[in-house]
Amino acid sequence: MNPESKKYREKCRQAGLQSFFRDGSIIFLKSGTRAGLLSLAIYLTLAFFCLLSFSACESTSRQNEIIIAGSTSIQPFADEWAELYMEKNSKVTINVQGGGSSGGIMAVKEGTAHIGMSSRELKEDEKDLIEITVAYDGLAIIVHPANPVDNLSLEQVRSIFAGEITNWKVINGSDKAITVVVREEGSGTRGAFQEMVMGPRRISKKAIVEDSNGVVREIVSRDRNSIGFISLGLVDDRVKAIALDGLKPSEEAITQGHYRLRRPFLFLVREEPQGLIKEFIDFVLSDDIQSMLPQEGLIPVKKITAAKGSLTD
Amino acid sequence: MKTKFRLKPRAEQKVVRFFLYFLTSVAILVLVFILVVILKNGLPQLSLEFLTKNPAHMGKEGGIFSTIVATIYLTFIALLVATPLGVGTAIYLTEYTFEGKVTRIIRFGAECLAGIPSIIFGLFGFILFVTKLKFGWSILSGGLTLAFMVLPTIIRTSEEAIKSVPAAYRLVSYSLGSTRWQTVTRVVLPSAAPGIVTGVILSIGRSIGETAAVIFTAGSALRLPSSIFSSARTMSVHFYILAREGISMSKAYGTAAVLVIAILLINIVTYYLMSKYISRTSPE
Amino acid sequence: MIRPKPNDRLIRLSLLTVALTAITVLAVITIFIFEQGLPVMVKYGLKNFLFGQDWYPSEKSFGLLPMIVGSLLVTLGALLIGVPLGLASAIFLTEFSSRRLSRLLKPVFELLAGIPSVVYGFLGLMFLVPFIRENLGGPGLSVLAASIILGIMILPTIISISIDSIRAVPDSYREGSIALGATKWQTVRMVVLPAARSGLVAGIILGMGRAIGETMAVIMVAGNAADLPASWLAPVRTLTSNIALEMAYASGEHRQALFATGVVLFVIIMILNFLANLAARKQSGR
Repeated sequence: MNPESKKYREKCRQAGLQSFFRDGSIIFLKSGTRAGLLSLAIYLTLAFFCLLSFSACESTSRQNEIIIAGSTSIQPFADEWAELYMEKNSKVTINVQGGGSSGGIMAVKEGTAHIGMSSRELKEDEKDLIEITVAYDGLAIIVHPANPVDNLSLEQVRSIFAGEITNWKVINGSDKAITVVVREEGSGTRGAFQEMVMGPRRISKKAIVEDSNGVVREIVSRDRNSIGFISLGLVDDRVKAIALDGLKPSEEAITQGHYRLRRPFLFLVREEPQGLIKEFIDFVLSDDIQSMLPQEGLIPVKKITAAKGSLTD
Repeated sequence: MKTKFRLKPRAEQKVVRFFLYFLTSVAILVLVFILVVILKNGLPQLSLEFLTKNPAHMGKEGGIFSTIVATIYLTFIALLVATPLGVGTAIYLTEYTFEGKVTRIIRFGAECLAGIPSIIFGLFGFILFVTKLKFGWSILSGGLTLAFMVLPTIIRTSEEAIKSVPAAYRLVSYSLGSTRWQTVTRVVLPSAAPGIVTGVILSIGRSIGETAAVIFTAGSALRLPSSIFSSARTMSVHFYILAREGISMSKAYGTAAVLVIAILLINIVTYYLMSKYISRTSPE
Repeated sequence: MIRPKPNDRLIRLSLLTVALTAITVLAVITIFIFEQGLPVMVKYGLKNFLFGQDWYPSEKSFGLLPMIVGSLLVTLGALLIGVPLGLASAIFLTEFSSRRLSRLLKPVFELLAGIPSVVYGFLGLMFLVPFIRENLGGPGLSVLAASIILGIMILPTIISISIDSIRAVPDSYREGSIALGATKWQTVRMVVLPAARSGLVAGIILGMGRAIGETMAVIMVAGNAADLPASWLAPVRTLTSNIALEMAYASGEHRQALFATGVVLFVIIMILNFLANLAARKQSGR
C-alpha cells in the first residue's frame, strides 16, 4: 500500500471514519468526487474506442448488399423488383426500407443507403444527387366503393380538401359529412397533390393525417364517407378511383398527359452507379421489368419519354 | 355533512360493493376480450410454415421467420449491452458505496431514463447511432437503443435482488477473509441471480414489444438479416405495418398471436421466478 | 490456497464507471434533443411554438398548440377511464374479494401489462373505431378512441401498483377502524385509501406518463389531424404521433421542429417524473 493512501486513511480516521476492510476501500469511496471524475474520463475513452472499432468493421461487412431506402410509395414496387433480382442473383442481398423521400435522400447523402427512392422532385439543395427515373405514377383520388360519386371536377376536389365543401350532398351524394384523409406534411404524395391539385390553397387542418398510402387506402376502404388520394399503383378493389373532370386515371390518359396528376418515381445515387448498383438499376430499367409495370398500375419510363417526344410544344 | 340524505353505512357499503364488483368485472372483461380476440383470430393462422418461412410480397404471403430472427437478434444485443451495465450499476449502488451524492445522481438518472417515452429514445438512437456514428438502420443501432431503454429496469430489479440477499451471508464471507469482490461474485451474485434474471426477462419482454424506438433505428427491411449491420424488421414492427396498412389482416393476427404468446410466456416465467425467489427472501 | 487479491480499487472504479452510464445516457439524450430542437424554437420564437395553432411545416409555420392540447386531452381521457376502473379493481381485489380470487387475478393483470401497445392500437382500429363511427358519428378515429385505448392500456399498471400500495397499509389500521365500529367501506374510504394515497398517486402518475408517451397505439386510432379537436369525436394529434408521423419525410427545419416537439414532450415528462418522485418520497418518508 502506498504512503499516499495511508495518509488518506489517517485523515479519515481523524474524521471519525473507521476502516472496516483491510484494503482501505471504505476510505477511498469517501473521496467520491475525484473518483467520479476519473471514472467518467475512463468511461468516455472506453466508449469512444468501442465506437471507433464498431465503425471500422462496418465498412467491411457490406460487400454484397444493396441498401435502398426512401419513399413508402415506391417501396412496395422496389421490394418486388428486389425479390425478382435476387431470384436471379442469389449472392446479392437487397434491403428495401421505407423512411420517406426525405429520409431516402438523406440516407444516400450520408451513405447509409446506396440507392434513395423519392416520389417527389428534388429540391434545389438536393440537386447534387444523380436522379434516375424508374417509372411514372398517377395520383388517384379515391373514395369508398359504395360511394355513388364517380366524378369530380378539379375545383370540387380542391374545395373538399381545403375544407370548404364538408358534406357529400353538395356534390350529388348522400347527406353525410365528408371525412378527408391526407398524407402527412413532407411526404412526396402530399407534395405532388399540393402542387398539382391544391396550388396555393392549404389543405384543411381538420383532415385526418396518415403516414403511408397503404394506411390512407385502408381507412378509405372502411369509411363510406371518406375521400383520400394515393398512388394509382396501389388502387385495388377495396377503394374506387374517381374520374377527374370526366377522365378516369388510366395508363392511356396518363401517358398522353390528359389525366394531369402524374409524378416520377426516382432512384437517387450519390455518384455514377457502378458494379452491383448499376446492375440492379439496369435490371429495373430493362424491358423485363418495365413491361410488367402497367400490371402494377405504373407507367414505364419509355412510354412517357416517347409521348413527350411526340408532343413538340 | 354534505348531504342530508345519507345512506346508512351498511347500505352504502352494499352499493359500493356492487359498483366495485361491476367496475372490476368491466376491467377484467376488457382485458380478457383482448386476449381472446387475438388468440381466436391468430391461433388458426399459426403453423410450422408460418413460423419458418420468410414473408413474401410485403408480408401478404409467407410466414414471419425473418422477423422472429430479427427480434431475437435485436433483443440479444440489447441485453448483451444492458445486463452488464445494469448489474454493474446495481452492484456499485448496493455493495460498493454509501448513500450519498453520487448514488443520488445515479438513481436520479435511472429514474428519469425509465420515464422517457420510447419515441424520444427512437429520436436519440436515430441521431446518435444511425446518422452520427453511421451504423445506418441496423440491428446494432436498434439493439443499442433498446439497451438504454431497458437499462433502468435491469438496474432496479438487480438492486432489489441484491438488497434482498441477507446481510449475514456477507458477514460470513468477510469473516472468512474474502475481499469485497470475492464476496460479491461468489456470495451475493449467486444468491441474487434469480432476481437479476427476472429483471433481464422483463426487459426481454419489453424489447420484443417495442415498436416506436425500433422503427427509427433498425428500419423495416423484411430480408433475413445477414449481420448486425443489416436493417431488420422485428415482429412488433411487422405487425404494426401489416395491421396499419391493411396488407393482410390474417397475417397480422397470426403475428400478434405469436407476439402475445411469447410475451405471456416470458411474463409467466418471470412471475414464477419472482414469487419463488424474491418474495421469500425480502422482508414483507 | 490463496489466490492473488484482485485490486479492489480498480474494481470499484470500473463499477462506478458502469454506474454512470444511466446518467450519461440521460445527459446525451437531453443534449441531442435540445441541440436539434432548440435552434428552430429560438429562431421562430418560443411563443409561436407553444401557442401557435397552425402546423404547416412547409410554410414554416410550426404551431404546436394543437398537439400539446391533443396530448393533454388524450391523457386526461385515458385517466378518466383508467383510474376509476383501476382503483375500483384494486380496492375490490384487496379489500372485498376472497384472498384466492385476488391471488389469481393479480398475476393476470401483471401479465397483461406486458402486451405490446401496438396490439391495443390494432384492436382499437378493428373494433372501437368502427363502433364509434357507426354509433356516435364522426370518422371514428378520434379523441375518444385514443382515450379509451390508452385508458385500457394503463389499466394493468394502475391496478398492480395500487394493489401493492393498498396491501402495504398495515393491518392494524384496519383492525383499529373496524374495532371502532366502522363498516368495511368506511374503513377503506377513511383509513386505508388515505394511508395508501401517495402510492396510488405515484401509480396514477406512472400510468399518465405511459399514456402521454405512447406513440404507435395512438397513431393508429387518433386520426392525427393537426387541429384543436372540436369534440371528443374529432380526430386529434398528440406530440408523440406528430414526431412519428412526419419524421420519415421531414428534412431541414421541419425535422428540427419535430425535435422541438420532442423537447416539449421531454419537458412535460420530466415534470411528471418529478411529481412522481415527490409522491413516492412522501410515501417512503412516512
